[in-house]
Formats: sequence, structure tokens, C-alpha cells
Amino acid sequence: MQLHPQILAAVKACLPVLPGVFAFGAISGVAMVAAGMPHYMAMAMSVLVYAGSSQLAALQLLTSGSPLAIAVLAALVINLRFSIYSLSMAPHLAAASPRWRPLLSYLLTDNGYAITLRGYERPLGAGDKVWYYFGSCAAIWITWQIGTLTGVLLGARIPSAWHLEFSIVLTFLGIVAPTIRDRAVAAAACAAGVTAVLAWPLPLRLGLLLAAAAGIAAGMLVEGILEERRR
Amino acid sequence: MTAFLLLILGLALTSFIPRASFILLFARWPVPAPVQRALRYVPAAVFSAILVPELVLTAGSVHIGLDNPRLLAGILAGAIAWRTRNTLITIVTGMLALHFFGYLLS
Repeated sequence: MQLHPQILAAVKACLPVLPGVFAFGAISGVAMVAAGMPHYMAMAMSVLVYAGSSQLAALQLLTSGSPLAIAVLAALVINLRFSIYSLSMAPHLAAASPRWRPLLSYLLTDNGYAITLRGYERPLGAGDKVWYYFGSCAAIWITWQIGTLTGVLLGARIPSAWHLEFSIVLTFLGIVAPTIRDRAVAAAACAAGVTAVLAWPLPLRLGLLLAAAAGIAAGMLVEGILEERRR
Repeated sequence: MTAFLLLILGLALTSFIPRASFILLFARWPVPAPVQRALRYVPAAVFSAILVPELVLTAGSVHIGLDNPRLLAGILAGAIAWRTRNTLITIVTGMLALHFFGYLLS
């Protein structure tokens, strides 16, 4: 069997983020076992849900005594960002057949979205774009599941003093910092960061949504002002 | 145990539906120009909203200063990421910096 060349290109582009994906998977594996889940159930959650930050937040709420509905609602708020990614990706995946769309949707992640967008900076045919997306998402999925399995099996044996959770922050930093190349994008990042900190006390992690909205608004505002000046 | 099963079911739905929203469910919707302009700022806004609180907050309260190892390591790693555009170097130096600053401050 021959892999599509765009799959190989995408996997190569993913390599730098895979250690962070593995670590994040391991952390969520540890968290699920620590919350009292049997191993098989933790793996089922990892495969069926496949959304690390919402899994961690919901488990944390549930084990600290919040009702199930609140835990699910918080997860929904955290996962709403996927609908923006979905909107942003949809035109690039126009060549995908309806049969494949459920799988392509299921595979959408923060890292997969960011890497695929970066890959689309060079010109690609409509079919190649789908393969590139699939390749990066599949590499991330496999790494995530191996990471989760490792975390589930090792459980509490990973010392918390290693601060493995910080590698998630660093992965996101490594993705976003290089994209800040003009003032409008910088404004978006600053406004989102400040809003996220100020809105942190809001329930259900609503601050995340508010901050994303503030960031996008700030970016468009600065873009508008700069265009106005150029005229 | 039932709570876990319901949680998995609930989270499976709440993660799949937003992902499928435009790739699967509203795939035919023509994206209006202002929305396309807005999309350019999505990665910077969303990632920044996720990671800035992780650097700046300690146990839920603002902690900005030279005694916050996560903030120091984050600033260093951010500068390295911006210059090198290399995620792996960013993660390795960031982790080393976190442990180094943590050691200095302990």
C-alpha cells in the first residue's frame, strides 16, 4: 500500500507537536484513572470524546461534586471553539465526499487545525488539501491515543514534579507565537489573553468564549484602522 | 459508574457536534466575507485565551512577577517560538526553563 504524498508531508509537518500531543494524552489518561475510571472505560472515553481539555475540565468538575449536567455544559463551552475551526476548514475540505465527512469532523483538533492551516500557505489542489488535513489529523490521533494509553497504564506513577502539564501550554505557544507577524494579529492575541485572565472567575469556563470573541473583534478593529490610515 | 457512562456519552456529543457543524452539517453554507476576515484571527485569539491564564494565574488569582516560574518560562519560550518557528525547540527549552526557574525560586 502506498501512502498519499500529502499524508507523508502532513505527518512530517506534525512531528514537532507530537511530543506535546503525547504528553497531553498521557496527562488526560492519568486524570481519568485518578478520577476512578476503569482502564477500559478511560480508553473508551479517549476514543469516543477525543477532546483533552474538555475531558479534563469535565472530570475535574464531576469529581469535585458538580452535577453531571454542569460538567457536560462546561465541556460544550470549551468545545465550541471547534465550530470556528470547522467553519474555517470547511471550504478547504470541499473535495471530501460526504462519506468521509463524519470521520474528518471527528478528527478535528487544535493542533490539527493549526498545522493544516500552516500547510495550506503553499498552493495545494482541492484533493491534496483533504489528504493533507487527514494526514496531520491521523498522526495526531494515533499519538494522542498512545499517550492516553501510556497515562492510563502508568497512572499515578508519573511524578507530578515533572510538570508534564506545562508541555501543553508550550505546544500552544509554539503554534501561536510564530503566527504573530502583524499588528492586527498581535492585537487579537493580546486582547484575548487579557480578557481570558479578567474573565477567569466566570462559571463554566465562559471566559474562554468571551476572550476568543474579544480577540477576534480586536484583530478586525486594528485591521480596519490600519486600512483606514493607508487610504 | 453510570455517571461515568453518561459523562462519556454527553462529552462525545458535545465534542462531535461543534466539530461537524460546518464540515458535515452546514457544509453548503457560503461563508460571508466579514466572517472570512474574522477567521484570520481565530488561531491567535483562541490559543492566547487558552494559554495566557495558564502562565499568569496561580490557583485562580493573578500572579505576575519574577517569582512566577511558569510566566518566566512562558515568556522565554514564546520569544524562542517567535524567532525559531520551531515547536520542538520551544517545548524543550520551555520545560528546561520551567525547572530551572522553579529550582532558583525554591
